[in-house]
Amino acid sequence: MGAIPLLHQECLEREARRRESACPELWDLLDTVKDPEIPVLSIWELGVLQDVQRDGDKITVVITPTYSGCPAMHAMQQDVERALSDAGWSQVEVRQQLSPAWSTRWMTPQARQALAEYGIAPPCTNQNELPQCPQCHSEQVDRISEFGSTACKALYKCRDCLEPFDYFKCL
Amino acid sequence: MTTDQTALLQYALGEADDALILGQRLCEWCYHAPYLEEDLALANVSLDFLGRAQNFYQYAAQLDPQQRTADQLAMLRDSREFRNLLIVELPIGDFAFTMARQFLLDCFYVEFMTALQGSADPNMAGIAAKAIKESQYHLRRSHEWLLRLGDGTEESHRRMQIALDQIWGYTMEMFENSPAENELLAEGIAVDRSALKPAWDTRVNTALVEATLSRPEDGWSVRGGRDGIHTEHHGHLLSELQFLQRAYPGLEW
Repeated sequence: MGAIPLLHQECLEREARRRESACPELWDLLDTVKDPEIPVLSIWELGVLQDVQRDGDKITVVITPTYSGCPAMHAMQQDVERALSDAGWSQVEVRQQLSPAWSTRWMTPQARQALAEYGIAPPCTNQNELPQCPQCHSEQVDRISEFGSTACKALYKCRDCLEPFDYFKCL
Repeated sequence: MTTDQTALLQYALGEADDALILGQRLCEWCYHAPYLEEDLALANVSLDFLGRAQNFYQYAAQLDPQQRTADQLAMLRDSREFRNLLIVELPIGDFAFTMARQFLLDCFYVEFMTALQGSADPNMAGIAAKAIKESQYHLRRSHEWLLRLGDGTEESHRRMQIALDQIWGYTMEMFENSPAENELLAEGIAVDRSALKPAWDTRVNTALVEATLSRPEDGWSVRGGRDGIHTEHHGHLLSELQFLQRAYPGLEW
């Protein structure tokens, strides 16, 4: 009998923070903040948004960087500040938290679906698995490069439809 | 400021300097790599190291009694104040040299960051938890290149062997604890570098056999980076790295 797939503990805790939050409207508001490089993903779906807390007029947002040097983190931080200030919140602190380290396991099923539709193969469950072609769903694919246009992606090509495609690396 | 905090600052700075200088060396390949995908890959690996450097510098900045910012620590210290290992500052050489160095360092970092995740200092442990995943990925790639060049053509084999021979004496320094590290060892904050050597040896030896390369002799070694005594290449590297902040202090994007 195969093991029952379980959601990762860190993933459950993150979802619980949102579900039990005293300020659900702020989480909803931050769903408008997208990854600047992959505009179909919100920072929640990407797994970057960790926590939102309100203390009177003061908002604290906790985000986790995807890759140590990802230049998009700075843009996401500014976008969070802008989204909240546009909604009238003037005291906003965005804090970066390194631990627990971000993982593609935190990505929501909707995010994986959105990535595939956008033309980026979603992350596999381990580093040795091969992705499927997001265009024709073939499993006959070759890796062209371990790295692609951004730190989080690798470059593949499909042997059936011959299209090259980005793969969101499993981390 | 307690002695401990001074030692911790030195520890964080050493790690930050290693990552910054290596990241700077790697990005020298930008526009010069053998082909486009390799160009992207080296730039991305470089970016991982610059990000790692930023994390360590930010922590160092919190500990600094002079209250320098992360940017000031990276961009306004002179060569003698840098504590990076000599191996990371050596010029990029040919592609074989860059990949040989990367492979030897990736093997080291996989062991080192695994151990640092268990550090009693939560900030160091947090940075390591992030870095370990990246280093595992880097190792997969540099290992492939070691095999491909070592077990490739006569010319690629020759160059990879020369690269290993030239770099070998710089690997010893990776396994020597600085006085700051020795001080932090007792509290479980620092990683005991000397204890990582057997696992590193096993990884490296196995890969060298696979790649039909010979392990160089241990007869010579060079050290001094942790004391701020660098090679003649270090100042040139800093002059390029730091130029903008020196010419336009405080400049931001």
